Amino acid sequence: MPANVIMPQMGESIFEGTITKWLKNVGDRVERDEVLFEISTDKVDSEIPAPISGVLSEIRFQVGETVEINTVVAIIDDEDGAVSTTNSVDVEPQRSLANEGKASHVQHSKSELSKNQVAPRSSPLVKRMAREEKVDLSNIEGTGLGGRITKQDMLDYLSERNKMVKGARPLVQQAQQEFVSGITSSGDDEVVPMSAMRKTIADHMIASRRTSAHVTTVFEVNMTPIMILRKQLADEFIRKEGIKLSFMPFFIKGVVDSLKEFPVMNASLKGNNIIYRKEINIGIAVALEEGLIVPVIRGAHETGFMSLARTAVDLTNRARQKKLSPDEVQGGTFTITNPGVFGSLLGTPIINQPQVAILCIGTIAKRPVVINDAVVIRSMAYLSLTFDHRLIDGALADYFMSSLKNKLEGWSDSIC
Amino acid sequence: MSATTYVEAIRQGLWEEMVRDPNVFVLGEDVAVYGGAFKVTRGFLDQFGEERVVDMPLSESAIVGASIGAALVGMRPVAEMQFADFISCAFDQITNFAAKCRYRWGASVPLVIRCPSGGGIHGGPFHSQNPEMYFVHTPGLKVVAPSTAYDAKGLIKSAIRDEDPVIYFEHKYLYRRIKEELPDDEFLVPIGKADIKRKGKDISLITYGAMVHNALEAAKVLAQDGIDLEVVDLRTLVPLDKTTVLESVKKTNKVILLHEDVRTGGFAGELAAIITEETFEYLDGPVMRITAPDTPVPFSPPLEEFFLPKTSDIIRVGRHLAIY
Repeated sequence: MPANVIMPQMGESIFEGTITKWLKNVGDRVERDEVLFEISTDKVDSEIPAPISGVLSEIRFQVGETVEINTVVAIIDDEDGAVSTTNSVDVEPQRSLANEGKASHVQHSKSELSKNQVAPRSSPLVKRMAREEKVDLSNIEGTGLGGRITKQDMLDYLSERNKMVKGARPLVQQAQQEFVSGITSSGDDEVVPMSAMRKTIADHMIASRRTSAHVTTVFEVNMTPIMILRKQLADEFIRKEGIKLSFMPFFIKGVVDSLKEFPVMNASLKGNNIIYRKEINIGIAVALEEGLIVPVIRGAHETGFMSLARTAVDLTNRARQKKLSPDEVQGGTFTITNPGVFGSLLGTPIINQPQVAILCIGTIAKRPVVINDAVVIRSMAYLSLTFDHRLIDGALADYFMSSLKNKLEGWSDSIC
Repeated sequence: MSATTYVEAIRQGLWEEMVRDPNVFVLGEDVAVYGGAFKVTRGFLDQFGEERVVDMPLSESAIVGASIGAALVGMRPVAEMQFADFISCAFDQITNFAAKCRYRWGASVPLVIRCPSGGGIHGGPFHSQNPEMYFVHTPGLKVVAPSTAYDAKGLIKSAIRDEDPVIYFEHKYLYRRIKEELPDDEFLVPIGKADIKRKGKDISLITYGAMVHNALEAAKVLAQDGIDLEVVDLRTLVPLDKTTVLESVKKTNKVILLHEDVRTGGFAGELAAIITEETFEYLDGPVMRITAPDTPVPFSPPLEEFFLPKTSDIIRVGRHLAIY
C-alpha cells in the first residue's frame, strides 16, 4: 500500500509546521524510519522519518512552506509502484477536504500558494481594513488556514491597538469599574480627582505592566572607585563647568557603553518585529512634587562624558522648573531611575514603553563586603534592571549588567 | 386551519386568481380531464369549464404559441409544462417571441409558464431537470422559483398579475413534502424580492428552490459548531434582488452559492461574478459554489443521490470556509 507522508503534530498546541529541508528528492528510494524531511514549529525543530520503505513519488510542499498538521506533504510508493493520489483535481492541499470527485472545492494552483508566501496571507477584506486603519499586516499573527490573517484576527488586533493607543484607558476603566462599585468613601474622606499628569502616569504604568513581561535582576556594584574619582574632580568641575558633578554621568556613560555591546537592550518590540534603535537616547527619571517626568538625553551614543554631565544637569533642572519642551520628553530608548537619592536600597521599576529595559539605582551606602577573604568597608549600591522577558532572556540581561558593573567598578582615573 | 402543502398552495393561488379575473385560464397536457399530472388543477374543469381549462395536444411549442396569442389579445394564460424538462420544445416561442414582444412592439404578454422542475424523485434525465438558466439568460423574461408553500402561493398570484412573461419553476420534490399554515387573507409575494429564511452572521448561503431546505438543515448542524449561517432564498432569479444579496455578503464576508442545477452556466456563476465585482473588498474568503456536476440527471437512485447537492456538502464547505 502506498503511503501518505503527513505533517505531524509535534505538541498539543501546535497546529502547523514549516518544512526546512528535504533530505530526499522525488524518485529517490527511502527506507522506513530514514529521515525524510526536517520541520520547524513553534516549540521544536524536528527530523521526520519515512513511514514506509519505497520510492518518494511526490513532494507537495517545498522548503519554506508552512502547512497545517495532518496535511499530506509527500507520497511514497511502496514496492508495487501503485501511485496513490487523493485528488485528480489540483486542489489546494492545505485544505484537507475529502475529495468525492465533485467539483465543489476551492481550486488554487500551487504557484499561487508560493506567491502568497511573500506577503502575509490575508484576504481582500483584511487588506482593505489594513489600508483604512493603517495597520502593517506583518504585525498580526494569522490564525486562518496556513497562517492566513482572518477578519477576526484583524478585529482582535484593532481592538487591542485601540486599547493601547488610548493609554489602556478603556482597560483601566473596565478594571476600575469592577472595583469602583466596591470602593466607598465615607463622610470625612476627601475625594479629589486626579491631575492630568497623574492620570497619564497611572495609565502608562498599568499599560506597561500589561504589555511587557516584567522581570527584575539585581546586581551589587562597588562604587568606591567612582566615589574617589568624583571627590577628586568635584572642585575642578564646579570651577570649569559651573555644575556639580553627580554620580549620574558615570551611570549614564556606563549604561551607554554597555548598550552598545548589547543593542537588544536598546530595542523595541512591535508585534513580532524587533526594532533595533540606531540612537541611544537615555531617559532620566526626575521626581516632581506632583509626579514624575522623564527628560531624554538624545544622541547619548555619540556624546562624551562631559556633555552627558552637562545635559543631565540641565534637563533635570529644567524638568523641576517645568521648562522642558515636548521633544525633550520623547524618543527615549532606555531609562535610568535613581530612587537611591531618596534612600531606596533597590527597586523593581516599571518599564517605560516602548522600551524593553529600565535601570534603577539604589542608594550608595557603606557596607561591609568580602574582598580577598577579608571583610572590608566599601561604598556599595544595588542596581536593579527590569527587562521585558518577551525579548530579553535572563542570561542576556545579566551579561549586560555584568558588563555595566565591570565598567563602573573598573572606572579609570580619568573621565574621558 | 390545517397546514397547506406546497402543491396545494399553488392550486389555491391559481384557483383564487381564476375566480378573481375571468381572463385567467389554464392550458396544458392533461390539465383538464385528468386534473394535471400532479393534480394541481384537479376540480378546475368542473368549476371553470372547458373554455378556461384546456387540454392541449402533446406539443409544448403549441401550448406556448397559443398562450402568447391569447395573451396578446388580452387573456391571461397560465400554461403548464408537464415536466420542466419538456420546455425545450417551446424554446423558440418563449425566447424569440414571448420574451421580445414588449421590446419589439411595446406589447404586453402576461403569460405564466408553470414548470414542475427538479430531481430527487428518481425521474431520470428527462423528468428531473432545472432548466431555469436558459430563460435567465434571455432578456425579457422573469424567472421565479419558490421554496415554500407561502412563497409558492404568493408568487403564482404575482406572476399571473404581472404584465410580462413569467417562467414559474415549482420544485416537484417539494409538492407534498413541505407544508405550512397559510394566512386566510389574500397575500402576494412580490417578484424580484429575496427572502432571508435564516439570519446569521458568519457565512451567507445564497440559494433557491428545494435547496433552501438542505441549507436550513445544514445551518442547524453548523450552529452546533458555532458557525452561524445566513440563508438567503432568492425566490426570484430575474429580476435579481441584488441589494439583499450584497448586503448579506457585506455583513458576513463569506459566501456559499448553492443550487441543484448543474455547475457550468448555473446561477452561482452569475452571482459569484456580481459578488466579486461589487463586493471584492468585503470578502474574507473565496466565493464557494455547491452545485450538481455537469452531467444529465442519473437514472440510478444511488447515482442520483450522489449527483444532487446534499446537506453534508453544505456542512463540509461551511466548516472549511469558517476556518479559512
